Amino acid sequence: MTTAAATAPLVRRRAPAPVRRKRFLIAVANHSILIAIALAFIAPFLFILLTSLMTTNQALSADLWPHPFRLQNFADVFSKAPLARWTFNTMMYSCLATIGVVLSSVPVAYALARLRWRGRDVAFMVVLIALMLPPQVTVVPLYVMWAKLHLVGTLWPLIVPNWLGDAFSIFLLRQFFLTIPEEYLDAARVDGCGELRILFTVVTRLAKPAIAAVALFSFLYTFNDFFLPLLYVGENSHNWVLSLGLAQFRSQHQVQWNLTMAATVLVMAPVIILFFVAQRAFVEGITLTGVKG
Amino acid sequence: MASVRYDQATRIYPGTDVPAVDALGLEIADGEFLVLVGPSGSGKTTALRMLAGLEDVDAGSISIGDRDVTDLPPKRRDVAMVFQNYALYPYLTVAANIAFPLRIARVPKEERERRTQEVAELLGLEQYLERKPGQLSGGQRQRVAMGRAIIRQPSVFLMDEPLSNLDAKLRVQMRAEIAALQSRLGTTTVYVTHDQSEAMTLGHRVAVLADGRLQQCDTPRELYAHPANVFVAGFIGSPAMNLCHVRATNGSVQLGGVSFETPAGAQGEIVVGLRPESLELAGDGIPAEVEVVEEIGADSYVFAAAEVGKLVARVDTRLAPERGARISLRPRPGEAHLFDPATGVRLPQPAL
Repeated sequence: MTTAAATAPLVRRRAPAPVRRKRFLIAVANHSILIAIALAFIAPFLFILLTSLMTTNQALSADLWPHPFRLQNFADVFSKAPLARWTFNTMMYSCLATIGVVLSSVPVAYALARLRWRGRDVAFMVVLIALMLPPQVTVVPLYVMWAKLHLVGTLWPLIVPNWLGDAFSIFLLRQFFLTIPEEYLDAARVDGCGELRILFTVVTRLAKPAIAAVALFSFLYTFNDFFLPLLYVGENSHNWVLSLGLAQFRSQHQVQWNLTMAATVLVMAPVIILFFVAQRAFVEGITLTGVKG
Repeated sequence: MASVRYDQATRIYPGTDVPAVDALGLEIADGEFLVLVGPSGSGKTTALRMLAGLEDVDAGSISIGDRDVTDLPPKRRDVAMVFQNYALYPYLTVAANIAFPLRIARVPKEERERRTQEVAELLGLEQYLERKPGQLSGGQRQRVAMGRAIIRQPSVFLMDEPLSNLDAKLRVQMRAEIAALQSRLGTTTVYVTHDQSEAMTLGHRVAVLADGRLQQCDTPRELYAHPANVFVAGFIGSPAMNLCHVRATNGSVQLGGVSFETPAGAQGEIVVGLRPESLELAGDGIPAEVEVVEEIGADSYVFAAAEVGKLVARVDTRLAPERGARISLRPRPGEAHLFDPATGVRLPQPAL
């Protein structure tokens, strides 16, 4: 019978030298590929950042490293363009649209995922079809509608549709809600919750990562959106958002690459910071919808 | 505290024709611990969910106490339920999980805290109150789930396989705790399990379900001693009862040299049921060849192939035969259960 072996001290065995060499080479190969890809992605950002710190003449030369560093560029951007105004408009658009998407999509997604009602599957198909339509397809009739309401030129045509649900967000949230074990909802029902109560006290808490992901997607999409703002507020520079302003700034200061790049950095920065801060929720929200766990 | 009554309660899931629970009639007394047991798909969980209000009742009615609750939503039935996966909210602490039903019922904060404390003491959870469910072991989570049910002081506890996610040892321990807790609180309890040993050890009475129908509802001892039909005979007891088809002649059946009297008029084949402990090794009897021997300590179960089918016998481990040995198994006189082969119903046993 096997009992505990003798008291000899445990000597940890090392993998044989050829095996170790092979593992080392594989690790080197893997990391080289990753580093190369990472460099390829970060290079344009570095180029933008460095150019934004140059003088105008340097920016037109072949130099890659700014000498001297000209931080004044960033201040110049503010004095040459109504950056604060654009930022305010972008925030109006992005924040209000994001709040609207979350508030309107969560109940719809819950109804599609968890309530039993006639026509639910048809309704879900309609949502899926809406998801597949690019905005360019619906834009003409919508534009006519907003024009008739005399709201073209304001931010409302950008914000209001988001308060009526967003197909992609509804789809993402529905998939996540489906993974929430029914027992949580049954337990809440037995403990005295009605369906609305379940939605607001239980489901929203359990679905926090998915809701965060939806909010982030929506924020990033509206922040970067160029097409719809150009269409609806392009004629009214008072309501320009950052993406419009930046494009216009670029065409006005064509030879001043340093200023253009400084403006670009200023516009990119919040998105990059947001992404770093919310990275985990972002990735979690996507992976959780696919794999249960 | 209240009694529970299922009156011809039926559930047919939408899109199917076969009832998941078929005309269930069951009376559960105030303070009783009733176990619903059956194989997967027997409708036991559906029956419990109908009582909870989580499933519609398509025919018949259900009442708690003298209140007809057939069409009431779960929250108005005054029942509390423990789920198989516990359904503890991962984002709430243990204390908040236990107090959740009271918060929903808008019980004032001081009372909520006092009662949470009481329940935690009752279940030995005091030092875990500030933890999240993710930081607890399986047994502790199970206790928290119990706490969430107890704190409401409901008329009826409903438990849906609450122990099946625990390992075997913990399951036996929690089983004892649940039994003790129930007798202490004296609350009517309906408990669902697929594990017949859990059913036998916990229930004051056990209701056996198969294919949505109630097969028999009686005390564990009666179920074991007088199974009402072939299904109950085979389901209750481990290892299962030996069921042999034997031809009856002249008012008796012969098996391994032992004769069992059959009720008057029984002709043709009948089913003879013998528990493993009703078969003993003997010099003569049913000849059989040993296929497997399971040693479980003092006793061994001998699985053997005989002409009448596979047989299992309980023998003293010291006398257990080797695999492949040829043995004779003799039924103990008077310990056979006789069933009608067509209907499966138990035949009246003539007095000995």
